[in-house]
Amino acid sequence: MSEYKVQFEVFEGPLDLLLYLIKKEEVDIYEVNLTKLATQFIEYVELMRQFDLEVAGEFLVMASTLMYIKSRELLPVDQQVVVEAEDEGDDPRFELIRQLVEYKKFKDAAAQLQVLEEKQENIYPRVPGKIEFQAEEETSKKPEVGIFDLLNAVNGILRRFAAKEASARAIYEDKWTVSEKIEYVRNLITERTSVKFSELFEKAANRAEIVCTFLALLELIRMKQLACWQPEPFAEIEISKAVAPEMATEPLAPSMEAATPTEDKAAVPTPEPSAPEGEEVESNEDAEDEFDDDEDDEADDEDSEDDEDEENESDEAEPKPK
Amino acid sequence: MEPKFILESLLFSAQRPMNVKELREIFATAATAEDADEAAKPFKKIKEDDLTVVLEELAREHEAAGRSYRLVCVAGAWQFVTQPEFSPWLRALVGVKNRPSRLSQAALETLAIIAYRQPVTRAEVEQVRGVNIDGTMQTLLERGLVEQSGRAEVIGRPALYNTTPLFLEYFGLRGLEDLPAADELRRIPVERPPAPITADAGLATVPPEQLQLGEAGETPVQDPGNSPPPEASSATN
Repeated sequence: MSEYKVQFEVFEGPLDLLLYLIKKEEVDIYEVNLTKLATQFIEYVELMRQFDLEVAGEFLVMASTLMYIKSRELLPVDQQVVVEAEDEGDDPRFELIRQLVEYKKFKDAAAQLQVLEEKQENIYPRVPGKIEFQAEEETSKKPEVGIFDLLNAVNGILRRFAAKEASARAIYEDKWTVSEKIEYVRNLITERTSVKFSELFEKAANRAEIVCTFLALLELIRMKQLACWQPEPFAEIEISKAVAPEMATEPLAPSMEAATPTEDKAAVPTPEPSAPEGEEVESNEDAEDEFDDDEDDEADDEDSEDDEDEENESDEAEPKPK
Repeated sequence: MEPKFILESLLFSAQRPMNVKELREIFATAATAEDADEAAKPFKKIKEDDLTVVLEELAREHEAAGRSYRLVCVAGAWQFVTQPEFSPWLRALVGVKNRPSRLSQAALETLAIIAYRQPVTRAEVEQVRGVNIDGTMQTLLERGLVEQSGRAEVIGRPALYNTTPLFLEYFGLRGLEDLPAADELRRIPVERPPAPITADAGLATVPPEQLQLGEAGETPVQDPGNSPPPEASSATN
């Protein structure tokens, strides 16, 4: 039974069915014999019922309108009920034909829209590639963050941390390495496009960890993998992926591998990273001084890329004695 | 430098379709830049209407040149698009366009009525189509082709609907005036049917004055209107 339903759903309503019947008769809408149409329409509705289809209410309304028209036509004009008050407008035939004509026009318009819809599917717009210097301009707008801004920021964090930890002075095992932290920072940046400076240190358990994370950050900046910027003056520093040309990252990647283990080991000769190992006992001032030294070193690194090679060489040399 | 070619170069490189306002701003920016080129300065105060005229001319030239692409204006914004007949190769190049499934017949009819008659109430659309349109309206609203624009100041304050810019984009129309046969459909003249009610000749005696009234009332087409009675009577039997 249900397969017959498809056949009837072709009609979008009683008007659609009427138009179909008119078309089958091959006559003009204005000349159609509504009496005959009424009979055919009711036959269809009857057929729908035989097929056990749910006949929509609209079909029944239309059927009754048609029956009314038909019944009127059976009566001689002089015996028809005269509805004077509503004049011509009340003529049900006129009303129905007007409705049919209107519906027909919109149905045609819908067909034209369908043609447009199909045509539009086959039209492809030109999508030019992004013009290269756009990206550059974007980043240059952001105020650059210098090494001392970063230093001040990390000192602030260390100070806050020291205040929090002032009472409890536990001794920690130094289990953090810069290379580990590099991984951590990189993951953080790939997960989200930009990270606030303080967010980097949110999970840090002690000073040593903060120091490691900070060194990792500096290392990544030196390798031009990260970029620091401030959305506005005095706002918190934000860190995002550097928009470096691919060339820069490729050759540097191996050097990073070499450099990462050295950072914490290279620390041995210099006083600074040993300080975190010195288990929280120092005063804040000490810590700040140490970091200043550290920064200066890093700053030098950043200044010229030529230094890099030298440094790597020396880095390689240093771990060996250890 | 002719503005026509400047516009062509802009639209050739633009990342997205550009409307006349945006294009005019580009002309103004180029003319007022610190190191503005001498050639750019004359167009500082070019008018949007003038740009439209030039763009239309440019589009005609491209059309006449019979290239594989043309310049079109969709929803007020100009862009270069390929001609539809090259779609088989473009599909192979960039893949099938990410487009929602085609609209059903019911949705197209409803959309057509809203497009030509907007702003329009749901009841008016239902009257034209002769069916309930709740489901179809839902689809059209969800797809963003139609939106509610306000309420009619009649009893019950029913919601008024109109089409969205997305509708124009979906069908590649420049504006609502670009709809096919727009004038005809916006105001359908209410025509009096040629044949007024007359009793079928074979069924009842028609008083002569009634017949004359009918003939006087409407004109030549009346005859065909009256001719089918024998058929009609057979149908009624």
